[in-house]
Amino acid sequence: MARYGMVIDTLRCVGCMDCVVACKTENDVPEGFNRDWIVTATTGRYPELHSEIRSERCNHCDSPPCVSCCPCGASHVHDRGGVVLVHHDKCSGCKACIAACPYDARFIHPEGYADKCTFCIHRVEAGRDPACVAVCPTHCMHFGDLDDPNSDVTRLLESRRHHALIPEAGTEPRIFYLT
Amino acid sequence: MQEEFSTRMNPMIDPALHIWGWEIPVYLFLGGLVAGMMIISGFFLFRERHRQMDCACLQLPLLSIVLLSLGMVALFFDLEHKLYAWRMYATFKPASPMSWGSWILLLVYPALVANLLIRPPAFMADWTLVRTMTTRLEHSPKLIKTVGVFNMILGGMLGVYTGILLSSLGARPLWNSSLLGLLFLVSGLSTAAAFVHMVARNRTERELLAKADNAFLTVELFLIGMFLIGLVTSTRVHIRAAELLLSGAYAPVFWVFVIGLGIIIPLIVQSLAVSHRVRHTPVAPILVILGGLLLRFVIVAAGQESHWTRLANLH
Repeated sequence: MARYGMVIDTLRCVGCMDCVVACKTENDVPEGFNRDWIVTATTGRYPELHSEIRSERCNHCDSPPCVSCCPCGASHVHDRGGVVLVHHDKCSGCKACIAACPYDARFIHPEGYADKCTFCIHRVEAGRDPACVAVCPTHCMHFGDLDDPNSDVTRLLESRRHHALIPEAGTEPRIFYLT
Repeated sequence: MQEEFSTRMNPMIDPALHIWGWEIPVYLFLGGLVAGMMIISGFFLFRERHRQMDCACLQLPLLSIVLLSLGMVALFFDLEHKLYAWRMYATFKPASPMSWGSWILLLVYPALVANLLIRPPAFMADWTLVRTMTTRLEHSPKLIKTVGVFNMILGGMLGVYTGILLSSLGARPLWNSSLLGLLFLVSGLSTAAAFVHMVARNRTERELLAKADNAFLTVELFLIGMFLIGLVTSTRVHIRAAELLLSGAYAPVFWVFVIGLGIIIPLIVQSLAVSHRVRHTPVAPILVILGGLLLRFVIVAAGQESHWTRLANLH
């Protein structure tokens, strides 16, 4: 059973936002909304400061609270790749899923349904990478099957230090940041 | 020190979550009030107080139907994809407290109608179907008791599920307390007891409800204390979340209106009234009701502001 995930190399990411623009173009994201975004996190005490630039989006968690809280069955796990998706025509716009997501990855589309990153499932099922991964000029983004021992993503996780976001929230996110 | 800058500015999400405005606290308040009224009227039915013509339990079902319907109108206003609201009733999701709630709300109406039929209001007393049902009920004290129990159980479920719903949203640290369900139920009971105390015509009932309200207010104060203790003895994000109420932006409303005017002052006034040192007036019940409404507003608003990353980074 495939489990799609992403591995993003923060040492190569320059925060150019090509991934953000590509996503908006590919998915016709409404103006003023983001399915993915760039975060610059700085830690330490001057002069010992350390910055990390991350391209963030929905983490398509293994234990997604946004799916269990949905009263309509709109929020669901796709039968291929474990991708978390929303059936637009089942969503009542109650916003429980938005409150449930510790990453604030979801938003209400102007048409009324809950929306978010879909891992460009329409591209993935046609054998292509998600738009953000395909466009990245530093090739810092990798997409693949975390259950495939030979995939790029699995090999990178085995060989490099990495972290996920808010692991203590118990959601088991599937996006990992190489450090 | 940790500082994060994000390029995201999604409506209703950034800079802090604000998906639920006045509609949800108003519904939570009305739902709690109706839940309390169902438990009180159900209890009176169970104890066969309906035999007395001036029993408050006879006014409550119609009031409950009206108030709950207003609450559901508020809920409907909150939905962003209104034409698909019916989707909640096309399925049942056991893991979703919101799904439980949508079905509980549906079951509450037959319970209230059954209660209403025991002594229907004048405008519907002559309808054939109503007369048949009322006569049936009059001849079966056991059935009336069952209606009472049914109302108490569904009232309890209605009062509790909203707190469970919020507490299941782990992403908002302020709501991470299993006490929230019980707190909402007891708050609902205290606002209902206050309200019924004001409208009850029977003197014994007024005294009983004032004493019950004092008990509910005491338990509510204890539960709020336990809720806050649970947060401040938990992780950093939970401590920060509790601080929103204790010393942060929500502290003035919380301490003055929710705790002071909403619980402590009415508790003192009502205790004096029950021991006949002052007269019963609507002042204390009105303060309790307003306190209950503001408790919902504070919990919903502060909860949306509490967050895993942002709170953890504050120094």
